[in-house]
Amino acid sequence: MEATKKTTNPSVSDIFNTMEYGPAPESDDVAQAWLDDHKRNFGHFINNEWYHPEGRKSYETITPATGKVLSATIQGNADDVDVAVKAASKALPAWRELSGHERARYIYAIARHVQKHSRLIAVIEALDNGKTIRETRDADVPVVIRHLYHYAGWAELVDDEMRNWKSIGVVGAIVPWNFPLMLLMWKVAPALAMGNTVVLKPATVTRLSALLFAEICAEAGLPAGVFNVVTGGGAMGQTLAEHPEVDKVGFTGSTEIGKVLRQATAGTGKKISLELGGKSPVIVYENADLDSAVESVVDAIWFNQGQVCSAGSKLLVQEPVFDKFIQKLKTRLGHFRIGHTLDKAMDMGPVVSESQLKSIKKYVDEALEDGAEVFQVEAPEGCYYPPTLITNVNTASKVVMEEIFGPVLVAMPFRTAKEAIAVANNTMYGLGASVHSEQLPLALETAKHIKAGAVWINCHNMFDAAAGFGGYKQSGYGRDGGKEGLFEYVKPKWQDKIKIAPVDVDIKKFAATYMADRPAINGHDNGKDSGTPAVDHTYKLYYGGAQKRPDGNYVSVIRNVEGKVIAQVGESNRKDVRNAVEVAAKAQPGWEKRSGFNRAQILFYVAENLDMRKQEFATRIADLTGKPMADALSEVDKSVQRLFYWASYADKYGGTVQETQLYGTVIKIHEPVGVLAIACPDEFPLLGFVSLFAPAICRSNSVVIIPSQRYPILALDMYQIFDTSDLPGGVVNILTGNRDHVSKYLVEHQNVDGFWYFGSAEGSKYVEYASACNVKRTWVNYGLKRDWMSDAQGQGEEFLYQSVQPKNIWLTMGDIFAN
Amino acid sequence: MGPSDCPGPTNPGIPLDERWIESVRVNLPAVQRRAATLGTKRTVKKQWQAAWMLRAVTCIDLTTLAGDDTQANVQRLCLKAAKPIRSDILAAMDMEQAQLTCGAVCVYPSRVPDAVAALKRFKAPHVPVAAVATGFPSGLYSLETRLREITLAIEAGAHEIDIVLNRQLVLNHRWAELYREVQQMKAACGPKIHMKTILAIGELGSMNNVYKASLVCMMAGADFIKTSTGKEALNANLPVGVVMCRAVRDYFERTGYFVGFKPAGGIRTGKDACTWLILIKEELDDRWLNNKLFRIGASGLLLDLERQLFHYVTGRYAAAHELAMS
Repeated sequence: MEATKKTTNPSVSDIFNTMEYGPAPESDDVAQAWLDDHKRNFGHFINNEWYHPEGRKSYETITPATGKVLSATIQGNADDVDVAVKAASKALPAWRELSGHERARYIYAIARHVQKHSRLIAVIEALDNGKTIRETRDADVPVVIRHLYHYAGWAELVDDEMRNWKSIGVVGAIVPWNFPLMLLMWKVAPALAMGNTVVLKPATVTRLSALLFAEICAEAGLPAGVFNVVTGGGAMGQTLAEHPEVDKVGFTGSTEIGKVLRQATAGTGKKISLELGGKSPVIVYENADLDSAVESVVDAIWFNQGQVCSAGSKLLVQEPVFDKFIQKLKTRLGHFRIGHTLDKAMDMGPVVSESQLKSIKKYVDEALEDGAEVFQVEAPEGCYYPPTLITNVNTASKVVMEEIFGPVLVAMPFRTAKEAIAVANNTMYGLGASVHSEQLPLALETAKHIKAGAVWINCHNMFDAAAGFGGYKQSGYGRDGGKEGLFEYVKPKWQDKIKIAPVDVDIKKFAATYMADRPAINGHDNGKDSGTPAVDHTYKLYYGGAQKRPDGNYVSVIRNVEGKVIAQVGESNRKDVRNAVEVAAKAQPGWEKRSGFNRAQILFYVAENLDMRKQEFATRIADLTGKPMADALSEVDKSVQRLFYWASYADKYGGTVQETQLYGTVIKIHEPVGVLAIACPDEFPLLGFVSLFAPAICRSNSVVIIPSQRYPILALDMYQIFDTSDLPGGVVNILTGNRDHVSKYLVEHQNVDGFWYFGSAEGSKYVEYASACNVKRTWVNYGLKRDWMSDAQGQGEEFLYQSVQPKNIWLTMGDIFAN
Repeated sequence: MGPSDCPGPTNPGIPLDERWIESVRVNLPAVQRRAATLGTKRTVKKQWQAAWMLRAVTCIDLTTLAGDDTQANVQRLCLKAAKPIRSDILAAMDMEQAQLTCGAVCVYPSRVPDAVAALKRFKAPHVPVAAVATGFPSGLYSLETRLREITLAIEAGAHEIDIVLNRQLVLNHRWAELYREVQQMKAACGPKIHMKTILAIGELGSMNNVYKASLVCMMAGADFIKTSTGKEALNANLPVGVVMCRAVRDYFERTGYFVGFKPAGGIRTGKDACTWLILIKEELDDRWLNNKLFRIGASGLLLDLERQLFHYVTGRYAAAHELAMS
């Protein structure tokens, strides 16, 4: 351990005897000159110009290695955000009208200019964040360049590859301090490629690289207003997100702030993607190459001082090799070098700030008090925290459950693969994971079962523009990188700009109660014509493959277009929601395990059985809605076609191979979101229902679905078809009743992974707002109708995108050696 | 624990442990990543670089293993090994008193008498003479003659013997036979002669075989494990170095015995040599940073080291002809 540098000037002879390392400083002359060029006083960068409004506060950004001030920067306010967003809005029409090729030229130029200034960028980034120059030089900057080239390519190919999509508008990007430039690039590159303009707010403590990059974009000739940077305090992120002209919010940061932004933008029609925290497991099986796994752990948790969203902070080692592995880790840490940011031979630099240091310390101190064993090596005085290994903890320990965002690793033994997977998934997060084993079948199966957006096999924290990065569960939604990353910055071509008048919803009271119907005798014509009464038709709720009486034992009366009573259906309440979600969650893994072929067969069979009862369904539609019979028949026909369509996709959207720089294969698997709650629209009571449940289950989700509130009978008539079509119980669960009341309990249920809501503007706002509780994915209509008969609107890639979450499995390759 | 705490090889060998051998797992991509980042995570500059390069000089087994070796070039090699760096360069670093020499000279058995005589003449009898033996480079000769070669080389004055493995036994996983052969070779060397076992990693087919062969050699009593003869298509490279160092560490951790490591073939520049020293410092520790436990088999490397040191001292780059050839 060489925590501190020797201040002496040893002779060659001394060093010959000790064989110690010496200082290897990277010069910061050019970086300091760049700061001087700007008189060490930065404004915002808007419209390709520096913008220094009067009367703003100033924020001094420091270099954590020494605490020395680098420069003053401006603390913007809402007016400044407005100026920047207006600039982006103004630049938007011309930018989005450019051909993909023209945008590709611009992004290519930026890539080239970043390459030309790569060392300056690396030094500025290191100085401002504190991370080592080695990492900015070898990781951050190469990833930045790679992203620019990759997305220049997507811009070029937009007409071929994204032909059903178009730009969203103005993107508000909010990024954290751990990879200031790299993470902004993950948003800016795809946003620009798809024809959006951007306003970026960098993190409070790391602003310089964003400003430098903005200047480089201007140098590269990017039109004014296409990319703008505003700096300020943390709250300014929310100001940006809430700006009415911002159409899309791209956020990377903490789960806590992600939830706040979700709530702040609820119901506004803004698209949002969240890349949040993690507590990523590192699994080491007994048959791993243990020495190599040690290095993987180094990459997992001591890369960037552990300040990585996907840091492998939870080490799980199989019991027979646990002690040996821990010993190896301790030996390895004995070789660690911790010191100044600009020393080229350091493993770790300082953490980003004193407050971060304090927060890390607090976690470790608490663990010590709880009886954990803490192993550390020395670190220099100042803003440095040593690499730390904590043992003698369990799954309930705070350091095991919470994200520490520092160089702190917790380690626990496990007995079997099943247990390893269970402990790995025992977290609210799901960003990354790594598996170490020389047994490929075991490693792959483990990767399949871990709920995380990236699983690295025998490595950790590999990044490449061609593979999307993002989370499951409370690690967020949306992907940065890959083709999957494009979908965060586009909307369907048919969709107009979403303009919604501000929606007033009392979040506390929304749909908390409902009123059931009382007996209704008017209009019921049972048996009048024939003299013999018809057999009463009972509709119940349907979940777990069986008809269930509603818990509350209240009903809702369903009338036809003439007001005649057609049926009574159950009013679901929170307990019905609880029961339905429970069976849906139980059924989902088994459904997912079935082959695509099997799911396709079942959906085709549902179509076949619906087609056999076409007349009956059409008559019902016509009777209920008053549609002409011909229209009703086409709705049924279209529903049959949709079922065919989604049956066809059951085995055709499994994923792709990602073309990263890894020697090996990165496989993107489209995994189901999990348990999806769906609220169906009233228009097209059958087709709406079919168009929503079918894509969801074809991609292996289970659903709890609220049919059209006015005409639920068509969905209820379907459950007989499900039962005769071999659909396993629990895959489709139908809850009738008040749409918003049932939605409320579904969206608040923390075992529901996603919500598709097609109802009112108010309900949409509520669903988006309440989804923040467990960061569930949402897809809502803001009260706007879509034409379900249209194939552009009622099927297609948008539905596939909403039905899956990509998982990238990184498979390194190689054993062939020499002869 | 520094380089001066180096005890030299202490390995008496242990009984063959086949379960240990079977448990070996090497992940090549991860090893390659480790090897590729050693030189980006560490570097030495200024006087550190000079000192490290001098250390590298002392670890060189200055080698000539060519069919046309004669007394003339062997003699030159010996002089260079005895006085590897121009004295004015050493003086400028205040290192003249250290009387640095290379770690050894390494020659074919029939050139051993020339080497011994030359070193004596140059007043450097303390520079060991290493002889390759046991059917170098292929090893495909009868065990009887291979063992006899060792005895003859020692009788001719060799202080160290670099034996080659019978690759067939590795490729067919005949560990017990390999163990017995190496054990007999060690017996032929006797307790005073350091035996280096050349794995010929370029002909072992996999890193798992490299690791396993390393273990078998150490179990059989090898003082050093060495990568290659210099005659295979693939010689010393860093990934192999990572694997063999890990085997050495593994063996040390389990038995407490020190075994040395010698990469050979393909190490040509001062920068390469420093990276190998970094590898040793990181994967093993400072106790191995010494020619008692670390050697580099090379011929051209020395000249590049001398040129780098010339540059350190003068600030100018030297022309090759300004430095004595070996």
